[in-house]
Amino acid sequence: MTVIGTRLPRAEDPRLLRGRGRFGDDFSAPGQLWARVVRSPAAHGEVRDLDVTEARNVPGIAAVVTAGDLPRDLVIPVRLAIADTDLSGFLQPVLARDTVRYVGEPLAVVVGDDPYACEDAAELVGIDIGGRPAVLDARQDPPRVAAELTRGYGDPGAAFARAAHVVEIDLAIGRHSGVPLEPRCLLAVPGREPGELAIFGMTKVPVWNRDLLADLLGVDETLIRVHAIDAGGGFGVRGEFYPEDFLIPWLALRLDRPVKWAEDRAEHLMAVNHSRQQYHRIAAAFDAGGRILALTDDVVQDNGAYCRTHGVAVPELTVAMLPGPYRVPAYRGRVRVVLTNKTPCGTYRAPGRFEGTAAREHLLDVAATRLGLDPVELRQRNLLTRSEMPHERPISTLGTEMILDTGDYPALLAAAVAEAGRLGYRALSAGTALPTRKRRGFGLAMFVEKSGLGPQETADVTVSRSGTVHVYSGGTSLGQGIETVLTQIAADAIGADPGAIRVTAGDTAAQPFGAGSWASRSTVVGGSAVHQAALAVRRRAIELAARVLEAAEEDLDLAGGSVSVRGDPAVRLTLADLAKVAAPASRYLKEGEAAGLSARRRFEASHMTYPYGVHAAVVEVDSGTGRVRVLRYLVAYEVGCAINPMLVEGQLRGGVAQGIGGALLEEFRYDEDGQPQAITFIEYRLPTAAEIPPVDVLLCQESPSPGNPLGVMGAGEGGISAAGAAVANAVRDALGLPGSVGQLPLTPARVCALPGAIAGPGTGGRP
Amino acid sequence: MSMHKISLRVNSREHELAVEARRTLADMLRHDLGYTGTHLGCEHGICGACTVLMDGQPVRACLVFGVQADGTEVRTVEGLADGEQLSDLQQAFSDHHALQCGFCTPGFLLLAEAYLAETSADALTEAQARELVASNLCRCTGYQGIIEAIVATARARRK
Ligand code: FES
Ligand code: FES
Repeated sequence: MTVIGTRLPRAEDPRLLRGRGRFGDDFSAPGQLWARVVRSPAAHGEVRDLDVTEARNVPGIAAVVTAGDLPRDLVIPVRLAIADTDLSGFLQPVLARDTVRYVGEPLAVVVGDDPYACEDAAELVGIDIGGRPAVLDARQDPPRVAAELTRGYGDPGAAFARAAHVVEIDLAIGRHSGVPLEPRCLLAVPGREPGELAIFGMTKVPVWNRDLLADLLGVDETLIRVHAIDAGGGFGVRGEFYPEDFLIPWLALRLDRPVKWAEDRAEHLMAVNHSRQQYHRIAAAFDAGGRILALTDDVVQDNGAYCRTHGVAVPELTVAMLPGPYRVPAYRGRVRVVLTNKTPCGTYRAPGRFEGTAAREHLLDVAATRLGLDPVELRQRNLLTRSEMPHERPISTLGTEMILDTGDYPALLAAAVAEAGRLGYRALSAGTALPTRKRRGFGLAMFVEKSGLGPQETADVTVSRSGTVHVYSGGTSLGQGIETVLTQIAADAIGADPGAIRVTAGDTAAQPFGAGSWASRSTVVGGSAVHQAALAVRRRAIELAARVLEAAEEDLDLAGGSVSVRGDPAVRLTLADLAKVAAPASRYLKEGEAAGLSARRRFEASHMTYPYGVHAAVVEVDSGTGRVRVLRYLVAYEVGCAINPMLVEGQLRGGVAQGIGGALLEEFRYDEDGQPQAITFIEYRLPTAAEIPPVDVLLCQESPSPGNPLGVMGAGEGGISAAGAAVANAVRDALGLPGSVGQLPLTPARVCALPGAIAGPGTGGRP
Repeated sequence: MSMHKISLRVNSREHELAVEARRTLADMLRHDLGYTGTHLGCEHGICGACTVLMDGQPVRACLVFGVQADGTEVRTVEGLADGEQLSDLQQAFSDHHALQCGFCTPGFLLLAEAYLAETSADALTEAQARELVASNLCRCTGYQGIIEAIVATARARRK
């Protein structure tokens, strides 16, 4: 029986449903101190004085530290370095020393017995900042450019010169981010050895964070153990190395006490990576038949005050992935990474693709209008076909060559259009007998995702004496269901029931070589490593069973957790038996042979695998109030092989909800002094069930990835990639706009400012 | 800070303790009494992750002071299952993939329990369930599974 492909109930659910999850703030240690970070109240200025005397005198306060207490020039380095960019002048210090550059920048830390008292004391820190003008618009002249990147090939200039049609639009993407429901939390517990630390709360890339922390503290990395925990959502932002990830462990060592820090929501919204804010000027040249001759995009990214661990990964992905699923003979994408006095940026689910897909797909809809073509027909004329696969694009991204590995883009687009028709999307968007102010529209967008970034992932599989199969993976549990997915993969590979598998994900002692959960890589790369390690354990089990049973290996089979002789099911050895057969003192081991029924395997991926999909939305726009409601939403997605279709659908649906948030609701706004205006859930509007429609999913498994043994592609980001594009296109359709909607999110005020948005006889609803 | 002595029942267990006047019910449940299933997503009353039942009524434990729970009966997510047996609602959440990270889940479970206890005799439409679910925030699921799980439980309980 195969478990892969089934809707196996999640291994994570029972503990989470019973309140037995172990989230960051659920960990405590005897004698722990609490930390509170003192943050800059000013967007930009010189730190003239920090007076901590009064705070230090609050009863129960153990220490107040400022930049002067830290090693000098301590900055957080880039994790995803990209060739030819030097960001060393733009990195964030752990605590600001002379200058603050955004509201929320850490200035000091107060540590004490009680979190309430720490907050009191933090408010007593005297902060004197000499204000300087805050830069809040990345398009300001002259911009402070941290990096400029260009990706492309061919001669777009020549193509534009001979084009029959040239279409250009501007589109701005709003500043928003992952905003997981659980704020960050960190507990650092010093051990007996100097430098020894147990850490609870690092996720995503625990091994990388452990190694960096060890380097910054000057200790051997094996002294630090990052424990596996439950995390209340990741979405790219959680688990990167932030200033607090140095401060809390450092304080624990320095004070020789456990130190815990739990962020509040206001802190989270101004401290954790922002994302997305970009200004696109995108243009395409077409021949008379509507075929793309060239594509160009000029992008300005508002990166906030510093370059963080992602370096320039988001802007690079934006321009590298921009041509998407289309045949683009000539291309140039340029992006300037501009610093402003806002919270620094990093990745958020589908980084660069949400933004680039919105710009490109909106451009195509505007072009379809100009060229007098149906938007679907224009896309069909330009999609790469199956016969053109694999398609090598002379572009590198994240240090890998881009080879669109497999797929049938035109077929998926046709299937999505047919599915939307079958579900009545077109009729709904035509919306007969609507009140005059209401307009409906249909919008569609296509995208290519990337997944399975290497270079490697390592997995250990070992069988304990009870017959339990333990899987130690380097991925981390962020809510995506990795424990379930790896259980299914291991169960099939080894030949055991899922109930016999136990997955530990993200413990640096149990798996010291893990590369983490990000970039939709865990199922692809981590899953492949588990598959290989479990297959190796299976072979080993059969080898040992052959010795015990004095049978030939080819006569043995391993299924349901036991090895039996083919044709004689009465003779069998369970995995528990075989774990004992492999025990150190076993007489079945040969001389010099290592004990244990276990294997470690490393799966290497030199290229990414590229899933793809189509989003379609029906919206209703109130042209008087400017309110946009999404009535129906469809995602068609090629995933190669769905290990657990329920989880893939869940990823897609959850991604859509976040995407609709970014398209309509969520935005980090600032006032003219650089004060953040979205520091609670009242101003930062996460979508509720009232804003999210039922999401239809068309899950395709037609094009297995050739790059891994399971044929899988990642599914973490396909639900969000094209959401900005589909919603923007639907709103444009509803209002009958000739050009671009101009700016996301499409808040009521922005919609009201669009040309079609005046109460009057409806013109929307052209399907 | 002066401390106040209070007593309350949590999931049918008696507790007596002394708390500061300003200590929230959520912090008291989590850190003084060890009921860490009650989660804090915003501490300002919007997300609903901290929802618990106080004398049967759903409250946001981040907006209630611990002292206000004096003499009350509080129910948290830890009190929903019967031993190792998940409640029907919990099971429905798993069946309908109503949770991913699970951080919001305790709040939704208790919100729905309170609603179902009051209205179990009536049919719960999908639209009503959607309105109910719109009280709390979930960042992972897109809400569809949560709505389906609550509707399915209401239906099953009616039978
Ligand atoms: S934590 Fe209480 S409502 Fe969010
Ligand atoms: S499941 Fe993660 S917030 Fe709801």
